[in-house]
Amino acid sequence: MLKTVEIWCLSLGALLLSMLLIAAFIFTTGNSPSEVFHSLYRGAFGSWFSWQNTLVRAAPLMLTALCTALPARVGLIVIGGEGAMVVGGLTAAITGIAIQDAPSFMVMSAMMIVGGGCAGLWILAVGALRHYRNVNETISSLLLNYIAIAVLNFLVVGVLKDPATLNNPSTYSIGEKNMITSIGDSSVHWGLVYGLVVCLAMWFVARRTTFGFAADVTGGNIRAARLVGLPVAKIVLLSCFLGGAAAGLAGVIEIAAIQGRANSSLNAGYGYAGILVAFLARHNPLAIIPYALLLGGIQASGGLLQRAHDLPDATVAVFQGIIFMMILSSEMLYGRIKFLQPKSMIS
Amino acid sequence: MENDIGLWSVLIAVLGGAIRVGTPFIFVSLGECLTEKAGRINLGLEGNLIMGAMTGYAVSYLSGSPWLGVLAAGSSGCVLGILHALLCQNKQVNDIAVGIAMMLFATGIAFFYGKAFIQPSAPHLPSIGFGNWSSSPVIKAALDINVLFFLGVALAPAMAWFLRTTRWGNAVRVVGESSDAALSLGMNINRVRLLSTMAGGGLAGIGGSYLSLYYPGSWSEGLSSGQGLMAVALVIFARWNPMNCLYASLLFGGAAALGPALQSVGINWGYYLFNAAPYVLTLVIMIAASSAKGTVRGMPGEFVK
Repeated sequence: MLKTVEIWCLSLGALLLSMLLIAAFIFTTGNSPSEVFHSLYRGAFGSWFSWQNTLVRAAPLMLTALCTALPARVGLIVIGGEGAMVVGGLTAAITGIAIQDAPSFMVMSAMMIVGGGCAGLWILAVGALRHYRNVNETISSLLLNYIAIAVLNFLVVGVLKDPATLNNPSTYSIGEKNMITSIGDSSVHWGLVYGLVVCLAMWFVARRTTFGFAADVTGGNIRAARLVGLPVAKIVLLSCFLGGAAAGLAGVIEIAAIQGRANSSLNAGYGYAGILVAFLARHNPLAIIPYALLLGGIQASGGLLQRAHDLPDATVAVFQGIIFMMILSSEMLYGRIKFLQPKSMIS
Repeated sequence: MENDIGLWSVLIAVLGGAIRVGTPFIFVSLGECLTEKAGRINLGLEGNLIMGAMTGYAVSYLSGSPWLGVLAAGSSGCVLGILHALLCQNKQVNDIAVGIAMMLFATGIAFFYGKAFIQPSAPHLPSIGFGNWSSSPVIKAALDINVLFFLGVALAPAMAWFLRTTRWGNAVRVVGESSDAALSLGMNINRVRLLSTMAGGGLAGIGGSYLSLYYPGSWSEGLSSGQGLMAVALVIFARWNPMNCLYASLLFGGAAALGPALQSVGINWGYYLFNAAPYVLTLVIMIAASSAKGTVRGMPGEFVK
């Protein structure tokens, strides 16, 4: 219990400190920090319109964050969410195009299974290389991002190109009837619900199942895990697979809910922002949900910041960088603040 | 016959590209090598590279002197390196995560302040035309070599000598091999790592200035395509040996030049696939260079723990 309090206190403290630094940064650009923060709030959560914008951006972030968070629980730092999202979206689009005349329920299921499965295998390969060959998983997952994007570019300007898409080369459409619809009359699509459900499910797996516990043991001390006879290889590989599949699902949603076809929107940076969300949430799938909303909100307000204060779109990246560094710096305070520590039995 | 000339020009373009595209790799990989020799991984060098490219370009444009730009790029890299080192001084803070954060932060800052410099053109770094004897434009282009390349080539043996024989170099190696041994010798581990990360970051910044001030030769947001990150893999491939870093950088430059070289002779098929060549090469090399036991020859001892 006290541990949860400690996490919340330190995370909030880090966020407050980053707000101060961001304010200082805004000040140097000649803007008024309070006005920019007000715009940030209005652009992210100020109206139903901006809420919709935030929610649409938060949906893929929840899923790509899992791609870093789940492997992190077994001790791997995987930053391949971007590539996994591309692989998931691309394979899903190919599936959708191939069977687009089938009933839309079947098309959707097939896209999710193929997209999630392929992306899962993509990150599983990273885990396998790490586990069996000691290849640094951070770098290999990053290289795979570039390879996935190259394959995507190769296919959308080549074999799979729809000649009708000149300015933004894309694949053929998966068909209007196979798209994910919006919730009610909002512009928020059901993909958000997928994201929420997957995060909740992963939280349940991580916190309430034997597998989740075994994963935490493996992440805590792999030699101890081996000693007590845990199937370490299986745990590592499955965690990577689940993380990759989640990011792949983000790609499927991007295809099926927004674009209707695969193109460069698949590598628009959701995978990289997801890394930040995962670290903010300290790799807890449940905490990913509010942080994905926060990050989605910051990104959603980028347009308003540009219009109202003439701040370039990179401003959002600066904010994210400051928050990320502050959160990491707060790590050094864990276990250091006296009144947040449980009373020791031996004093 | 025509086909023959095509193949030759591809080969020459790849060799020229090895030098032209490989130069930033030399600086970044030597910088990463130095940092890792002291027992720390800086994954944020991609950020240093982009930051160096931006400051180098901006200063060159504002002052009219590209060399001042290179200096500014190196200094900006040093500042980022110091920041990384300070954040990592605490044991509970993961250096890889800090690297990712630094990369995000530095890229954001560079794009933010670089917005104003996308349009204007800054004075470039000079190059020496070794191919002027030839009438062939392909050979001329391939042998037009930038001064920074020679600096990089000289830097590799200099760093090897520094690490092998000097007092400071030995300090870096001891800290990287065993922090316990360094402690027992009364060394200030944090200071050695701070200086190595700072110097490494500065080298990466210089590598970045090459990108914006020579090849491709202008500042834009898509300037770097992960060279800073590939450098980390490159150092593993080079087994933490500065001379090997130099050779590996040239190999990577050649791989990266393959796609454009083929395109220049009219082979457009698979342009994007050939663009992936350096990444695939890195991955293959990493798999080949790793071992199931976890230790690799030449690896600083601090990483084994």
